[in-house]
Amino acid sequence: VRLICTTTAVQRKNAGASGPEKYTEAFIKKQIEEFNLGKRHLANMMGEDPETFTQEDIDRAIAYLFPSGLFDKQARPMMKHPNEVFPEQRKIQWGEDGRPFHFLFYTGKQSYYSLMHETYEKFLNVQKHQDQLIAQGLPLQKEKRNLAGSRWLTKIELEEMLLEKLSDDDYSRFIQLLQKLAALPCADVEENYIQKFSKEVPVQLQKVVIEPLQYDEQGVAFSTGEGKRKTARATAVVYDNGTGKITVNGTDILHHFPVLQDREQLLFPFQFLGRIGKHDMVCTVSGGGRSAQAGAIRLASAKALRSFVTEKEVEFMRQAGLLTVDPRVKERKKPGQEGPRRKFTWKKR
Amino acid sequence: DDKLLTEPLSHPDFFSVKELFTLKDLFDARVHLGHKKGCRHRFMEPYIFGCRLDQDIIDLDQTMQHLQLALNFTAHVAYRGGIILFVSRRRQFCHLIESTARACGEYAHTRYWQGGLLTNAHVQFGPGVRLPDLLVFLNTLNNVFEPHVAIRDAAKMSIPTVGVVDTNCNPCLITYPIPGNDDSPAAMELYCKLFRMTIVRAKDKRRQSEAIEELR
Repeated sequence: VRLICTTTAVQRKNAGASGPEKYTEAFIKKQIEEFNLGKRHLANMMGEDPETFTQEDIDRAIAYLFPSGLFDKQARPMMKHPNEVFPEQRKIQWGEDGRPFHFLFYTGKQSYYSLMHETYEKFLNVQKHQDQLIAQGLPLQKEKRNLAGSRWLTKIELEEMLLEKLSDDDYSRFIQLLQKLAALPCADVEENYIQKFSKEVPVQLQKVVIEPLQYDEQGVAFSTGEGKRKTARATAVVYDNGTGKITVNGTDILHHFPVLQDREQLLFPFQFLGRIGKHDMVCTVSGGGRSAQAGAIRLASAKALRSFVTEKEVEFMRQAGLLTVDPRVKERKKPGQEGPRRKFTWKKR
Repeated sequence: DDKLLTEPLSHPDFFSVKELFTLKDLFDARVHLGHKKGCRHRFMEPYIFGCRLDQDIIDLDQTMQHLQLALNFTAHVAYRGGIILFVSRRRQFCHLIESTARACGEYAHTRYWQGGLLTNAHVQFGPGVRLPDLLVFLNTLNNVFEPHVAIRDAAKMSIPTVGVVDTNCNPCLITYPIPGNDDSPAAMELYCKLFRMTIVRAKDKRRQSEAIEELR
């Protein structure tokens, strides 16, 4: 049964709870006076100088006079300036005679629409400037703005800037307009304006630094690499001018990895690059099981081989998946199930 | 103060609005061009002069009279310190209208009209808002070629309206319709110029009269 018409008594759920109180200016002023008076009293009580009593002193004094064991810091007694306690209210937008201050007040979203208006005006300015240049026959400056290093403001940042709520549509429209403006050839005229809405992105491209080859006493080039897989951790040192000998934890590869599959895994990076008989490898590995150790050493050796090889081949290795850490680990068992995925046997009755 | 308010009402054209435009100006700005015969609205037939090659031509004599009445009314409202809101839903002229409104010192709304702006103003804006005293429609239709919601809302709230009605618009609920073209940029620029000049004139006259009164 759907209740179609509701009485006002039902609509107002809690008669005592009213909406957020409107703090008038007089009220805030009175609160500020009371706060200052209380501050002086507090300083007097603590035996300190009322003139140089800072907020930190107030906090310490309150913590001393009213010790509280409550966990939530915001529930403890506090004494702060009323401007921090009472939230900022939107000031009245119109003057004494009732006329609003902003010319777009009646739209509802005055700051957003005035921003759009301004941006469009800049757009028209740039177009006019462009037309003038074309009329004079001068070439249009085309300095490519570095788009990779900057991003536009997010919706939340824009909301903070305008002190007004925006919808997703509004935000996307504004960004589209900015992009159009930035894409014009003569946009550097309004570069200052555009920069207000763009932010530098710290270059996140961690250019993986390929370490140069190191040389040991005999003059043989070598390089190290580290790898991991599941719980196994491995380090590999690959030497040049070798015969394809591989040593694991001091023992030969045949001793450590009796299974063919593991040895194939170890040889894969060399086979991929076609350098099977050319390098020697000495590695240490700990943790994990047989497969995990093999995978870890494979990754370590691939990383070490990067120093011996051209950038193109490094890219090929990356695309082959030799340089990516395998993220798969054992999934935890969940309560109510027998394993990570297996559920208990379902019995009809 | 009383004299300030009653004196303009005794003259038929206190702000000499007739001098601001001539028939030739309207013709040059292509105000007489209407839409095609198929788009014609039934209630616009009295304002149409004729039809040539299927395109309606608006009677500029009637337009002159209506324009004079409308500008006179706007001038009086501006003289008495009323709030004038320019409304339009045409994207082409949105910027122009907003700049005009800003230049006059009045208000504009050329964006999406939220439902309760006039009828639910106290909830939307806050208690004690002052609603506009005059709505000026430079485009009566919205983007879907339907009458703008503000016409109906202004009629509900007893706010007088001035509007430029084209041959496909409904002039019913508008207090001071101005039959004329609302599509070409030249016509829109002319209207904006006229409204801006009337409002500025009216406000100047008000300031002068107040200064004279104070001197006495």
